[in-house]
Amino acid sequence: MRVPISWLREYVELPPEVTARDVARELIAAGLEVETIDELGADLTGPIVVGRVLAIEELTGFKKPIRHCQVDVGNPEPQSIVCGATNFAEGDLVVVILPGGELPGGFKIGARKTYGRMSEGMICSERELGLGDGHEGILVLPPAYGAEPGQDAVELLQMRDDVLDIAITPDRGYTASIRGVARETATAFSVPFRDPAAEPPPVQAEDSYPASVADPAACARYVLREVQGLDPAAASPIWMTRRLQKCGVRSISLAVDVTNYLMLELGQPLHAWDRGKLQGPIVVRRAESGERMETLDHVERSLDPEDILITDESGPVNIAGVMGGLTTEVDEKSTDIVIEAAHFSAESIARTARRHKLHSDSSYRFERGVDPELQRKAADAAVRLLAELGGARILPGETNLRAPVEPVTITIRADHPDKVAGMTYGRDTVVRRLRDVGCEVSGDDVLTVTPPSWRPDLRDPNDLAEEVIRLEGYENIPARAPRSVAGRGLTPGQRLRRRAGRALAAAGYAEVLAYPFVSESDGDALQLPADDPRRRALRLANPLTGDEPLLRTTLLPGLFRALARNVGRGFGDVALFEIGLVYRPKFTSSGEAVPPPPRLPVDRGPTAEELAAIEAALPDQPVRVGAVLAGEHDLPGWWGAGRPANWADAIEAARIVAGEAGVELEVAADQHAPWHPGRCAALRVGDVLIGHAGELHPRVIKAFDLPPRTCAVELELTRLEPWAARVVPAPAITTYPVATQDVALIVPESVPAAEVEAALRAGVDRHGAADLLESIRLFDLYTGEQAGEGNKSLAYTLRFRAADRTLTVEETTGARDAAVAEAADRVGAVLRGG
Amino acid sequence: MSAPNKSYDPVEVTALHPDEVARVRADALAAIDAASSLEELKQVRLAHAGDRSPLALANREIGALPPHAKADAGKRVGGARRDVSEALKRRQAELEDERDQRVLVEEAVDVTLPWDRATRGARHPLTTIAERMTDVFVSMGFEIVEGPEVEAEWFNFDALNFPPAHPAREMQDTFFVESEESGLVLRTHTSPVQIRALLGRELPVYVVCAGKTFRTDELDATHSPVFHQMEGLVVDEGITMADLRGAIGAFVTGMFGEGLRTRFRPYYFPFTEPSAEVDMECFVCRGASAEPGGEPCRTCRSEGWIELGGCGMVNPRVLVACGVDPERYSGWAFGLGVERTLMFRHGVEDMHDMVEGDVRFTRAFGMEI
Repeated sequence: MRVPISWLREYVELPPEVTARDVARELIAAGLEVETIDELGADLTGPIVVGRVLAIEELTGFKKPIRHCQVDVGNPEPQSIVCGATNFAEGDLVVVILPGGELPGGFKIGARKTYGRMSEGMICSERELGLGDGHEGILVLPPAYGAEPGQDAVELLQMRDDVLDIAITPDRGYTASIRGVARETATAFSVPFRDPAAEPPPVQAEDSYPASVADPAACARYVLREVQGLDPAAASPIWMTRRLQKCGVRSISLAVDVTNYLMLELGQPLHAWDRGKLQGPIVVRRAESGERMETLDHVERSLDPEDILITDESGPVNIAGVMGGLTTEVDEKSTDIVIEAAHFSAESIARTARRHKLHSDSSYRFERGVDPELQRKAADAAVRLLAELGGARILPGETNLRAPVEPVTITIRADHPDKVAGMTYGRDTVVRRLRDVGCEVSGDDVLTVTPPSWRPDLRDPNDLAEEVIRLEGYENIPARAPRSVAGRGLTPGQRLRRRAGRALAAAGYAEVLAYPFVSESDGDALQLPADDPRRRALRLANPLTGDEPLLRTTLLPGLFRALARNVGRGFGDVALFEIGLVYRPKFTSSGEAVPPPPRLPVDRGPTAEELAAIEAALPDQPVRVGAVLAGEHDLPGWWGAGRPANWADAIEAARIVAGEAGVELEVAADQHAPWHPGRCAALRVGDVLIGHAGELHPRVIKAFDLPPRTCAVELELTRLEPWAARVVPAPAITTYPVATQDVALIVPESVPAAEVEAALRAGVDRHGAADLLESIRLFDLYTGEQAGEGNKSLAYTLRFRAADRTLTVEETTGARDAAVAEAADRVGAVLRGG
Repeated sequence: MSAPNKSYDPVEVTALHPDEVARVRADALAAIDAASSLEELKQVRLAHAGDRSPLALANREIGALPPHAKADAGKRVGGARRDVSEALKRRQAELEDERDQRVLVEEAVDVTLPWDRATRGARHPLTTIAERMTDVFVSMGFEIVEGPEVEAEWFNFDALNFPPAHPAREMQDTFFVESEESGLVLRTHTSPVQIRALLGRELPVYVVCAGKTFRTDELDATHSPVFHQMEGLVVDEGITMADLRGAIGAFVTGMFGEGLRTRFRPYYFPFTEPSAEVDMECFVCRGASAEPGGEPCRTCRSEGWIELGGCGMVNPRVLVACGVDPERYSGWAFGLGVERTLMFRHGVEDMHDMVEGDVRFTRAFGMEI
């Protein structure tokens, strides 16, 4: 809402020294969001005067038509001015800036020679004067303005004014009007306010244009007035067009301007019809299914049964409260006018505007609640203006349809605002402030408050408390030191997420936060099988870009894109990680999507069953951690060669994360997209699959344009949380000496190292020496001649230590032999050199 | 070797003669001084302090002396041996020092050689600043709560007093999960977590939440369709706006330092009533840039104040929708944008830097901020 200070002053007795900046500050403190102050005309310097074009000489031989004009600017001699516009004629009144003047943007005017003629000033366009976006050509003043050559145009056109631009919050619909802002301003400055809607017109017995309301819930108020004999040529007066302009509304015709002007002033949307185009009585009703109409913006719209329509015998003429139709539009020949002022259901208008994506000044106000006692006054003001400015005759009679509206009264303890604010205002202040906003108040300790008709937002005690507190000043609310509460700190899951992030960062991974939007083609790019559950993703109804309509079921595509972006920017040796949610839709046992959540009431708390029904409709959203790495893991340098990132680094990243949860991952070979089928590990704790790691499938690398041999890991962190909650038991540290036994085992190449190690452990265990085995460590892997064709040699160090004695050679040798025997048994291991 | 003999004349034993002892001592000290390496000193030690050295041999003769002569000779020889031993120790130390200085010099390296063998990792500054922000509340005894990002409309809107078709819903451009009737949205704010906390916890509730939120804004320098919010919620008996101001003051102190004022402006949120937007005094210029003649301030654009976030008293309608008795309980809520906070606290100029995952940006912030 744009609010010219000059308009505001008409209804608020502001002291002259109060500036727009002062007004803005006070309104902001009162809760009106003043976004900008436009200082119109602040950068204009006169002389800027009205001129009459006496003579025009067309100059030829230039690229565009040029006119050399003689202009009467009130001096004895006419002014000689060269002008590039052609939209004016001899005798027209124009605006001239004379030498010495300055236009917005620091454009200084002097007398100079141009196109071979002296030009002593300039004939101005609307835009040059900062008046508006006026179309091509210079501003020609309508004769109705009654301007005289030489008259100060700055004053005539009210070029200097300050305009506040106020963003209206949804609860303060009444401030979408000069009336509402003026009331707030008057309260803020404690000065008198003159209500432009103060005196409603006397009730008339007779009806005006015939109308009926079929659905009173849709339309609680419906007022029609009529005029005849409007002069179609009558132009809007300068004060009206200028105020419209300052509010960002274009002047169209007197009838339309009057409706817009009163909407801005009072907040009541009005509609004007050409009486001659209406056919028969008006009926306000909901649309029938299949009904269509063409709105003023030349769009053919198919209507919804919930849309409220204004209809006549021909069918729909308006989408009520939103936009008029083409068939009954006021045009340049209209003389008989019907004015409509109504009150429509805010919710219904909001839905209609949203449904048709048709947001008008009218729907904006109806959605936010229009004063239901304003219609008769607004319609009366409209016909009076048409009579006064357009020579129309006001027809007697007034159609006035009213559905009963339940009055709102709120009971509030007089100290309720004190309890909300945490300070003492006292009853008198509370009552005074409530009356300031227009409430009727009665009672002592308990107040009965009837909010004014223009404040449909006031429904609850806290709404009234806010009015008192804001008018008394939020800045006066004291601060009370926070009370101390017994919190339990972070949950194990929360700590695990932080620790996992820190550990990966310490290991060289940089965190990214990718968007969760993914493309339909990502499933193929990831080489996912057709029935892979990761292909079943939630789809957005309104994605930002059509090619990324899905919500991720895996973190990897986002990490791949971030990796490719870094590589593209010259960082080829890079490791990234992300911790975030993935979204896995739920399905019924028969594979159908689960039903949508129930829409629960809000006038009571939900039951456990109702909450469970909502949860059942939500997708699973586990926390995952993913990482990708490419290029050199250890960089080459003066110390020697580098080492490329490989599958083992990806598995190590998984171990780092699992280590933060205090568990060891069991690693097994797996084939799982998007990993290389021969370089992919499934990672488990016991029976629980935690995730996968390894080198990516070459086709995935190609599809995402990644560096060769890019590696990745993805874990479901949520599945590690139970272990993170565990209390780690302290180990017993023994100071008896360690006894080590080295064994080299030859096994077929296909035998995984993890199985060999498991066999060695099992052997020690069977030997009854599990307590003595401190660690097993693979220290060498050899393939070659000495291991034999198709074999590999794995060399392990077994460390033994007892808690209570020094072990004998016999004890450790026995345990080692048992381990080797078990490995021979399970995986056909042969002791090398044995 | 002579046996003890009472009639034996000690003077006859040459080795114990004072002149001889003095000579041997002088020889030893000269040799010690002359030793130029630890190896030479080792030989000198053998020759002059070893078992077969003259002084060791002389020492053995003392036992054969008559008792009256023993003390005198013992003193003489013992003194000489002590002198030799000390000289050896001193020379040993000198030679070791010389050796150490030489060897350690030889072993010197160029410590300015770069050791950039491993690439550096880092946590995302949005993660770390969100943790820092929540931890200010955790230190006041609040607990961290979480909720899903794909959320039921009832949690995201209805229970927070956004009536259907109310213009307030239009304030937050919402991503809907297909189809329109799914009843699921990408949460437009972290406030549904308030509802979850009120439904899932015993009263009183002192919680804080930080997380991803979504609105259909195109990515530009100051907007992102995916962003983060942090918000705190208190519901207890007797909670007032004064408590809210106090908590926000404590938060500002925890994040930005002591002595910064805060300012409330009336505003509208459906889930709080009364509602306010809250500004904090600029932590860089402390308002000086807005004074006449003040130096311009980039952080607050010379306004002296920085818009921090939104807050208010929990709307009793929200309490009702959560089954909480609004006659008995009241509460406050306070929320702010994590991206915005990072931008003004650290001078981040462009939202793109926070969403693209460029390692240069992330690494600059390290592990904690």
